[in-house]
Amino acid sequence: MKIGALKEIFEGENRVAMTPDSALQMVKLGHRCCIEAGAGAKAGFADALYAAAGVEVLKNAKAVIEAADVLVKVRGPEEKEAKLLRQGQTLISFFWPAQNEALLKLVADRGATVVAMDMVPRISRAQKMDALSSMANIAGYRAVIEAGNNFGRFFTGQVTAAGKVPPAKVLIVGAGVAGLAAIGTSVSLGAIVHAFDVRPEVAEQIESMGASFVYLEFDPSELPDGAATGGYAAPSTPEFQAKQLAKFRELAPEMDIVITTALIPGRPAPKLWTKDMVAMMKPGSVIVDLAAERGGNCDLTIADEKIVTENGVTIVGYTDFPSRMAAQASTLYSTNIRHMLTDLTPKKDGVIVHNMEDDVIRGATVAHQGAVTFPPPAPKVAAIAAAKPKEKVKEPTPEERRAAEAAAFKAETRTQVGMLVIGGVLILLAGLFTPASFMSHFIVFVLSCFVGFQVIWNVSHSLHTPLMAVTNAISSIIILGALMQIGSGNWLVIILAALSVFMAGINIFGGFMVTRRMLAMFQKS
Amino acid sequence: MEYGFTTAAYVVAAVLFILSLGGLSGQESAKRAVWYGIAGMALAVAATLMGPGYGNWLVSLVMIAVGGAIGWVVAQRVQMTEMPQLVAAMHSLVGLAAVFIGYNTEIEMAGIAALQAAGNADALAALSGFAQKIAEKSASEIAILKIETFLGVFIGAVTFTGSVIAYGKLAGKVDGKATKLPGGHMLNAGAALLSLILLVMYFNGAGTWALIIMTLAAFFIGYHLIMGIGGADMPVVVSMLNSYSGWAAAAIGFSLSNDLLIVVGALVGSSGAILSYIMCKAMNRSFISVILGGFGGTTGPAMEVTGEQIAIDTDGVAAALNEADSIIIIPGYGMAVAQAQQSVSELTRKLRAKGKEVRFAIHPVAGRLPGHMNVLLAEAKVPYDIVLEMDEINEDFPSTDVAIVIGSNDIVNPAAQEDPNSPIAGMPVLECWKAKQVFVSKRGQGTGYSGIENPLFYKENTRMFYGDAKKSLDALLPLID
Repeated sequence: MKIGALKEIFEGENRVAMTPDSALQMVKLGHRCCIEAGAGAKAGFADALYAAAGVEVLKNAKAVIEAADVLVKVRGPEEKEAKLLRQGQTLISFFWPAQNEALLKLVADRGATVVAMDMVPRISRAQKMDALSSMANIAGYRAVIEAGNNFGRFFTGQVTAAGKVPPAKVLIVGAGVAGLAAIGTSVSLGAIVHAFDVRPEVAEQIESMGASFVYLEFDPSELPDGAATGGYAAPSTPEFQAKQLAKFRELAPEMDIVITTALIPGRPAPKLWTKDMVAMMKPGSVIVDLAAERGGNCDLTIADEKIVTENGVTIVGYTDFPSRMAAQASTLYSTNIRHMLTDLTPKKDGVIVHNMEDDVIRGATVAHQGAVTFPPPAPKVAAIAAAKPKEKVKEPTPEERRAAEAAAFKAETRTQVGMLVIGGVLILLAGLFTPASFMSHFIVFVLSCFVGFQVIWNVSHSLHTPLMAVTNAISSIIILGALMQIGSGNWLVIILAALSVFMAGINIFGGFMVTRRMLAMFQKS
Repeated sequence: MEYGFTTAAYVVAAVLFILSLGGLSGQESAKRAVWYGIAGMALAVAATLMGPGYGNWLVSLVMIAVGGAIGWVVAQRVQMTEMPQLVAAMHSLVGLAAVFIGYNTEIEMAGIAALQAAGNADALAALSGFAQKIAEKSASEIAILKIETFLGVFIGAVTFTGSVIAYGKLAGKVDGKATKLPGGHMLNAGAALLSLILLVMYFNGAGTWALIIMTLAAFFIGYHLIMGIGGADMPVVVSMLNSYSGWAAAAIGFSLSNDLLIVVGALVGSSGAILSYIMCKAMNRSFISVILGGFGGTTGPAMEVTGEQIAIDTDGVAAALNEADSIIIIPGYGMAVAQAQQSVSELTRKLRAKGKEVRFAIHPVAGRLPGHMNVLLAEAKVPYDIVLEMDEINEDFPSTDVAIVIGSNDIVNPAAQEDPNSPIAGMPVLECWKAKQVFVSKRGQGTGYSGIENPLFYKENTRMFYGDAKKSLDALLPLID
């Protein structure tokens, strides 16, 4: 099959869906590649680079659409592009089928197949083609960079000869992929980062990235189960929202940079950063609203623009963060596309098999064989296992703990005293009936057992084999017994004693040698 | 020389032995500890040779030299993977020596009793050494001596046949499965009861024949006891036999009135007992049920294992390793069998050279001997500070990219935690399935030594890397770049 990449015609779009690297990989799948002249220019991939990778460079879009069986793109097709599609042709790009019903109908009527990269189901197997995540990652990184660009101070705190610089305080709202990327970036720049999300289960992820999670006090039953919505956030109750806004109001005056990334699938962005919060912020603070395209999380956000409020707060409402890092975004996106093609070409022989039984392919395909196949049926594999109800571990109160400790101590004392009494009585009984010479040896025996117990507990676990070898070697102390008897006048005794000495001799030398060999091998890195 | 000097030498030797065992608390101090042990042993032997009433220097020295030479050669030649067999074989020697020494005591006792009965005062006065000591004993002391000798022989005999069987099982010369003669534990109990009756008869004056029959009964107990214990429990068996050999030495010490024998026997005995206890605890099994053999106490059908085992090829493993940052390797007996420790070490070296974090997770009962894996890895020059115990590393699995299971099975079986009906329910296991990806290097699809199905192999993030561990790893090595 021939894969063709088109030049993006959307205003300001710099990305490209095929890079020279991804083209090489697709050739390995048995495909041939072509690209429209200049498609990669804005992302830093010149036509010559494509040609060097064996990609046929065609002069315009029409030529590519005519030549290619599979078209790859970043943005969804414009109407004029859609009209050029033909029966049996496959288009792989972002599509947003829910918002573009008319366009979807048009494409389906032309008989083309559309694989929407934004519809790839969120299951583990499909992560490698999850273009939304790879783009969100870039957006999160870039949001911090944009914020830093508009923020007049350092991120990291410094003590210099010219004075002390406090670290910037950053609040990230929404800890999805973009939010986590933003946390990582701002933490690595040295800022103090707080993060919030309505899904309490992401607190762990936030903390793992080095930010502190902003806790709200609420009843967990007020929240929908995040796992039920495929890992995305769901709308929350009014009570919860009120608490959330109150918390933000408390934080607003302290924060230097606020990055909002809160989106709920299929809805306008929730308003989380109100006008009065902006008013409370210090002059010079920066808000980056990653939800600007869907109306913005901040009341004052204007999509695609950067504004400065009356009190000197900069609000960045760009919607094209990935495109602003076109080289990186194109590399990742083209890799996502390539993975999708790998799944579509199961035999690596250049033949596309559109297997509608496959959860991932079925989910992403929104138009196939002249019919609209959106929305897809629920995938067979749940994206995230439903969370098991957590068992509540009751924190014992200090009194309870003290009582438990006291009880444990008492029980321990009781068993110890009991053992001592029983042991003592037994020994006393033994003493009544045995001669003194026995008892003197018996003392030695009991004390040695005690010493043995005390000493062996401290032996390092990894040295148990050497311990066995050493105890084995020293248990041949039994040679002393044989040596004491070997001087006997009885020939049978001498023979048996000599044999014992012989065996113990093997043991002594063998045991110690082997232990030394083993121990010599242990070494530090 | 005087008794005083010998006793003083024994005290020093005893202290040296205690230091020797105590020194094993750390890898570095352990190297010194062995020298303490050697010095203690040399001192003890020398003091006895020079002690009062000693004779037959020549025979003793020749025997020590010959035995020592054999021991030396064996110790030099043995492979580290054969360590369990060697230790078991050596225990059998101690057991047999204890039996012989016990018999000697009996022979001397019988001889002296005959002399005393005949009223042969000259002959009694002419006795020397050990015989002289016996002759001086009072009637009640002789009675105690009889019990001590009897016990020494009994424990020694059990240790001897038990160790021989354990050696056979570990060396693969005897079938590793738990087998019992018809009658099971009743046979053991019967033999033990017979020994007890014989003890009473012996105590009341029955002759040497009682001792001989008891020895045969004890030989049988040792044989049957160990035959009934399955391969997976071998670490406990070996440490248990270790303990027995100590108790045998202590009993002989009593009969010979030798304090050093008692001290060392008790040290070795308690050491083995603690090791057995640690092993049992690691498997969440009661000591009694291990000794009596076989897994027991299941209460219902085991959980159904669903899913399929998905295989992966060398390229896949290599790709995952090249991308991973943190890797934990879990070795088991399979690594020892395949002699793959050098390849594992080479893999570790290559991965570490690339700046990846590589660590080893060792389960307390991995292998066939306590600490078996540590020794093998040390032999292959894996630095010991990246080799961690279960408790130290179990928490880290969720943040690990790749866990590689090499030839271990039960110790990574999630059924121990998930299935209350599993025979190993409650046994602490290495939670490797929490890692992002798990590769299991295994020969085939069969179950492990204990014959329990392992749900780990069916988990979604597990891939089976079939084949002989050494060959698989050697194929993997060139692909790590």
